[in-house]
This record gives sequence, C-alpha cells and structure tokens, in this order.
Amino acid sequence: MELQHVNIKIFVDGDLRVDLQQVVDVFHRWIAEQAMDELLIDVADYRHVPAGPGVVIVGHEADYSLDNAGNRQGLLYNRKMPISGSNADRFNQAFAAAVKACNLLENEFAGKLRFNRQEFELLVNDRCLAPNTVETLEACKPEIEAFLDSLGQTNAVVAHDTNGRRRFSVNVALNSPLDFGVVLSS
Amino acid sequence: MKASNRRWKEILDGHLPDQLAAEIDQFETEIELRRQGKIDEKVFAETRLRRGAYGQRYDNGQRHDGTESKTLAFPEVESKGPNTVWDAPGMLRIKIPYGGMTPEQLELMAEIAEEYSDGIAHITTRQDFQLHFIHIDDTPTIMRRLAAVGITTREACGNSVRNVCGCPFAGVCPDEAFDVTPYADAYTQFMLGHPDAQNFGRKFKPSFSGCQQHACGLAAMHDMGMVAELRDVDGKQVRGFRVVVGGGLGAVPRQAKLFDEFMLPEELLPTTQAIAKVFGRHGEKKVRSRARMKFLIDKWGIEKFKEEVLAERQKLKEDPRWTEYLQDIDQYEEKPSRPPSELPPVNGDVRYANWVKTNIRDQRQEGYVTAAVALPLGDLTGDQLRSLADIIREFTNGSIRTTVEQNFVIRWVSKSDVPALHAALDAVGLSEPGASNILDLVACPGTDTCKLGISSSRGLAAELRMRLTAKSYELDEAIQNLHIKISGCFNSCGQHHVADIGFYGVSRTVNGFKVPHFQVVLGGQWEENAGSYGLPVVAIPSKRIPDALERITEFYMRQREAEEPFAKFVKRVGKVKIRAVLDDLTQNLPKPETNPDFYADWADPRQYSLGDIGKGECAGEVVTQYEFQMTSAERMVFNSQVKLEDHDVQAAGDSAYQAMITAAKALVQIQYDDVTGDPDEVVEEFKDRYFDTNVFLDPFAGPKFANYFFAAHQSAGREFSDDSAHVLIEEAQLFIEAVHTCYNKIRTEGIETTGVSK
Ligand code: SF4
Repeated sequence: MELQHVNIKIFVDGDLRVDLQQVVDVFHRWIAEQAMDELLIDVADYRHVPAGPGVVIVGHEADYSLDNAGNRQGLLYNRKMPISGSNADRFNQAFAAAVKACNLLENEFAGKLRFNRQEFELLVNDRCLAPNTVETLEACKPEIEAFLDSLGQTNAVVAHDTNGRRRFSVNVALNSPLDFGVVLSS
Repeated sequence: MKASNRRWKEILDGHLPDQLAAEIDQFETEIELRRQGKIDEKVFAETRLRRGAYGQRYDNGQRHDGTESKTLAFPEVESKGPNTVWDAPGMLRIKIPYGGMTPEQLELMAEIAEEYSDGIAHITTRQDFQLHFIHIDDTPTIMRRLAAVGITTREACGNSVRNVCGCPFAGVCPDEAFDVTPYADAYTQFMLGHPDAQNFGRKFKPSFSGCQQHACGLAAMHDMGMVAELRDVDGKQVRGFRVVVGGGLGAVPRQAKLFDEFMLPEELLPTTQAIAKVFGRHGEKKVRSRARMKFLIDKWGIEKFKEEVLAERQKLKEDPRWTEYLQDIDQYEEKPSRPPSELPPVNGDVRYANWVKTNIRDQRQEGYVTAAVALPLGDLTGDQLRSLADIIREFTNGSIRTTVEQNFVIRWVSKSDVPALHAALDAVGLSEPGASNILDLVACPGTDTCKLGISSSRGLAAELRMRLTAKSYELDEAIQNLHIKISGCFNSCGQHHVADIGFYGVSRTVNGFKVPHFQVVLGGQWEENAGSYGLPVVAIPSKRIPDALERITEFYMRQREAEEPFAKFVKRVGKVKIRAVLDDLTQNLPKPETNPDFYADWADPRQYSLGDIGKGECAGEVVTQYEFQMTSAERMVFNSQVKLEDHDVQAAGDSAYQAMITAAKALVQIQYDDVTGDPDEVVEEFKDRYFDTNVFLDPFAGPKFANYFFAAHQSAGREFSDDSAHVLIEEAQLFIEAVHTCYNKIRTEGIETTGVSK
C-alpha cells in the first residue's frame, strides 16, 4: 500500500497564548524569506472559523498551518506533492518538516509557545490511497512502527480514529519526550 | 497534485452520468493537449473557465512582499492561460443550482475541501461553492467525484450561463406566489451546455424569485430575473413570471428592465433560448468591459431588444424540453420527516433567544420553520459539512439550500425540534445568531485570493464582525437590521450596491505611499429583489472604516424620522450631509514612520501595494465559437489516435470522422450560426458556402482536402480496419489544417462572416 500526502500535526502544549494575528505576520515573513524547504505562496486566514484550519501558509509541495481542527491547536504539515521512497520515508519526511516548523515558531514566540514532544497525529490526506479502515491500519502498521523506531520510540501507543467518514489517521503517544534538535539534525 | 487521480478515474468509471463523464474526459484530454502545446493558451483558459477552473492571485508567478515583487519559483511554468503559471494554485467554482443540496453532496464537498483544498469550503454570493488553492491537474478527479453525486462545475465561470440562483425558501415561504424550484431546475438543465449559449462575449446570470417584495433571488441585478406571480384568468389562478433583463452590478451597475409583465411557464425556456441567441449574436465581443447584456440593451433600448428576441423566438424549432418538465412539477414537492408541532417557549438563554429571533422563520406550512445557518464570511470546514449532513438527516428529509448571503437554510424543521437543532448546530460551531442582519456581513474574496482585489474585503469584514459582535446586544433594532456588504474592488462580487452600507476597495496615494481605502456606498436596497442601488459617498482609508461605520450608524440613529428605513433616510438627508460626518476621516493620515499600520491592509502586515493585481478572469477570454469548435475537432483527432493505439479501430475511425464534421461545422457556423450538428446538413452547408464558391480551394492541393471530407461522409458508419482508420485519421488532420487555412483566408480577405440566419 503506497501512502502519499502524509500529514503530521504536532499539538500545542497547554493553551495557545499567542495572538494569531502575529502568526499571520510571521507566516508572511516566512514567505518573503522562503523560510521552509518547499515553495511558499500565500497565507490563508481562517481565524473566524470555529475548530478550523486557523492560519495556513499555502505552499506548492506542502501547506503549513497553526490548525485548530477538533478544537486542538497544533502545527499541521500537509504534504501535497507525492514523493518517492517507502511509506516510512514519507512519514519521516513529513515529521521532520513539521518539527522544523514547530522549532521555528517556538523561536518566534519564545516563552509563549511550546509544542508537545510526546503526542502527535499522523494522517493520510487521500481517501482513495488510504481508506479509513482497520485494513489500512493493519497494512501500514509495520511502516508506522519502523518510522517510530527511527525516532527511537519502540513503545509508542498508536490509536486509530475509526470514524470511517474521516481521513485515515492515528494519534501517536510517545513513551518519552522527543528532542526536536535530534530530529532536526538526523 | 494527487497520486490517486488515475485510480479515481478507474473507480468511478461507469458510475457517472454518461454526458458528464464524457465532458470530464474531454477536459482531461484538453489538459493533456495544452501540456503538449497543442491548444492555444487563450483557448485553454476559456475552456477551463467554462469547466469552473478559475485563476487565483499570484498565479502569474509573482508576489509582492511589501517591498518588491518576487518570482515564485514554481517547478512547472508552462501556462494554463495568458500569464498564468501551470503549477500555480487556482480556484474551482462549483455550481449549486438554486442552492439546493443533499446530505450526500455536503459530505462529498467536505471530502474534496479536505483532500484538494485547504480544508475550507466557501459559499459565494451566488449560491455556488468555491474551493481555493486547487492544482489544475486535480480538477478532472474533483469533477468526477462531484459528478458522482450529481454536481457539475460546467459553466460555473467563463462566458456562459452561470449558476441559476433561486430563493432558498422556495416551496416553504409564506410570501411566495408559488414554488419556483421546478422552473429553476428546468432552466438549469435546459441551458447547461445549450448550443445557443456558447457564443457569448461575457457571462449571463439568471435568477428566480418567489415574490417581488423580498431579496432572496435579487432578480433586478441579474441578466435575466424571473419573479413568480399568480394571476386570475377566467376565474382560474394561473402561474407566470414577471421577467426582467439586463441587470448587473460591476463598475456600471444597471437595474434590470421589464421584458414581460407576465410570461407563462410554457414560454420561459424558448424565450430564454431566443435571448441567448440574440445576446450571442449581437452582444459585444471585442471590448469586454461593454460585453454584458445590459450594454446591448443600453445600445438598443428595451423595445428593440424585445422585438429582436420575439422575432428570434418565432424562428426557433420546437423543442419538447420547453414544456416536458411541466408534467412533473409535483415531484419537486418536499415532504417533512417529522410531524408538525409547536415552538417551545424560549426561556432565559439569551443567546438561544437571539438565535431564534434572527435565524428561525415560519414556513408556509403550519408547524414548521426554516433555520438559517450563518457562516462567518461564508466559510466552513469539512467536519462542519459532515455534521450538517447528519443534522439535516436527523431533523428533516435532507432539505438544505445555500443562500446569496453565503449561508445555509435548513428547511422543514418541526417547531418542537428547534431547541435540539440549535444544540446540535452549537456543538459544531454553526449556531451563530444574526442571520441576515448587521452581523451577517457579506464579503467577496478580495485580496485574499482574487487577482483583481484592491483592498482586503474579507479582512475588513472579519474586523467589523468582531467589533459588532462585541456590542451586538447594545445595538438598536434599526441598526441590527442593516445589511453590510463588501467588495474588494468595483467589480461588486460582494454586491455592495444592494446593501444599506456597502464598501468597495480602492487605493489612494498619501504621503507618497499607497494606502488601502474603501469607497463608502450608501442607501442600496436589499429588499424588493435588490430594488435600488446605493451610491458612493466618499473613499476612506481602510483602517478608519470601523470609525466611519460607527459615525454613519450614530448619525442615522440621531437623525432618522420615526421608523424610517436606512435607504429612505439616506435619500432624505442627502449625500452632502452624510459626507460631512465622514470628511475628517479622509484627512490627516499619520505619517508612515509614526503609524505604518495605516499603510498595510487588514490582516496583512505587508506594506500595501497594487503589485499583486493581475488580469482578471471574471470576464473570461473572448474565444469565438470557431475557436471552440476547432479545439473540439482537434481533441477528437487526438482521441482517435489514442483509440488506435488501444486497438479500438472502430472508435478511432468514428472519432476521426466526427472531428471532420466538427471542423466543417466550425467554418459553416461563422456564416450561418443556426446550423445543427446533423452531418448531412453540415456537409450540405459546407459544400454550398465554401466548396462550390471555391473559398475552400487549397492553392496547392486544390479540392483534395474537401474531397477527403466528402468521402468520409459518404462512407459514414462503415467498418474500419487498422489501416483504414489510420488513413482517415491522417485525412482528418489534413482537413482540419485546411479549415484553419480557409478561416485565415476569410479573415484576411474580409469575406462576410457575421451570423446569418437562413
Ligand atoms: S469584487 Fe473585485 S476583488 Fe471582489 S471577487 Fe470581484 S473582482 Fe475580485
């Protein structure tokens, strides 16, 4: 089973204490500086939508957002362009990109914003490639485990959201906090 | 771009209506041909527009970051239209005729918003949906998935008959003459892709309204507006429509003019067809700012326009579809899923009480109400769409419509269910009170995504909404009932002309810097189907618009007489006095170094500039009928090659022959636009007009290419072998080239080419 369009959402630790207008400002600057590895194009501002995508940087290969889906704030990386390699490679790529954005945002809002190092969500944004079924979970479990292994996490708890109308996603609870610096340097 | 596109095609094969499936396949082929450079970019642009795939800001590959314009390094810069980069994200407009949707359609909309867009579905001021940041390569898949639930994007943009608007309360409104739904639906089906509606110089917007007094259908601002009326004829109640034509907003707004006081339903579709023919034939094609139907009516006067249309009407060949649907009117009647009941008393919950007051409306049917779902800026998420599908399944028979105020209306709610419905909506953030009042601001996309946007209409709307919500409980009822509408530029997609208080984006230079402004437009009339338009008063810097709004509303409260409505107040008091209240807001702007915020737009920290404004696609490219037909012919030849590769020799030969007929028809049509697709007629007309007159004679090959065509026609229906199909494909290609040569000759030698009826 080839999974593409992997999303990673790393949740904010505690309540969000950042004025989202400042996030809009930062995202515009990131575009001017082309601060990420992908081509960044525009900012979409959905602060007015309850439990919505929040503030999004729309890119060509991927979008980044400070997302509030499910009323949980978090940094969401949404890979749009397909990439080669194994599923585990694609999980790693998306995770590293999300961590990089979290790290940058933590530096932008030092003391006010911290991301959770022990919990994240992995989602596949394609219902055709990854129908939200137990079969999909079974098929990709070994590669999720391989990916978690590569993060040095062997006993993580992987919980599948079984709502068949939603996209395939799992919530990952790690047994020990991750060091973002290590993820970024590896 | 999705990795699953090919798989979706296989999965949905055989599950779509044939016609829609064929059209989407065609579009996919056209995408491929454009990639290969075989379709001109201008023709491709109009082709994709007619499929609903629209341009978006920054799609020229440039973005101004406040100090300078920078190139966005898209991997693939091949163009999908003049000055439009292939890989740049675009917008997809999805038609929702008269706003009617089913739970399944809501669910599908949720899926595509999540998988292909940025998770948000947006409702427009003409009841369509729009998805932003879509890759052109994904559009055929999205179209297939939509078609599988009965939705098309065809003719959502471009120079075509756009979404047919209709009252969201049709069938349940206490004030309507009758339910306009069946007529709006028949109109939609009949005009979709109609051959007589393919040669417009600009768009054509129709609308249906159930009564004259309310605003739901906004008939007066449409190219063709139908208002339901009942008349007593010989003691019997007869249905008909007051039909108005030539309305429109934009830089030169026009109220529609009366075409017929009472048109019988039997005449509605043939008259529309005749109007389309007259507009297609005589409407402006070259200067697109003068190409809407309102300008043709300006030029001719309504009487001459009527005469032309009625003369054309007489010439039309009878079409059973004009009246067939009238036998099935009853099938549109909706049934409730729960018995009628009484509304429980509203207790202490102020928020709920407020919601009931503004969002709940009695239906014509005793014991039932409609519930408006007010969406901030017309946006909602996939999760909300799915919840809405569940809610309408639970409380109704799945009856919901989008509105021109960018909201939903749930219909057939049994009154005793209202508290539970509110609770269900509240749980998913869909219980905003204030539907259709001052909190329910309408805004076009503006600088957020529109290539023509001058100022941030959505940014301003969000700001005003936040401020008004904070004090909504203090607002006088007269203020609460006002409508605010905002457009990012004079093109008026936010419908600012028909608001009590409207704004549209303009720019001014102050202290040597560009400053975003909004022109204040006051006194438009929302009721009576957009009965009159407001007029501009003064342009005010964007960041002072909240102050301007406060002053206008305070002035109104101080000076209004008794229950005087706002539009009347504006008329009585006059622009000079109102302007005096606002004048100082236009002066003494802070210097950029002391308050740089003034030199940036709402919710956008970049120093304001006009550097991102591009060429709009609102008007579409003016592509002639000839160019369209020839693109189809070339696509057919391409298809025949593909079929030959697949060893489907019969389909290959048939498609090559069809390509020849289509190319010949393109040529015939420039002289005789009534030609049908009947091959015998096409051949006869082609022979009369081009072959016998020697116009088609090739300077070197003589009649050779025409003879290929005649021979192909003579043996139409024959069985093909691999060889004969191959030969015919080559001949078809040569014939198409000869048609192009002939067309160029006609153009350069000035042979008469205006539409001539027989
Ligand atoms: S009014 Fe202007 S800015 Fe708004 S959507 Fe229309 S063209 Fe774009």
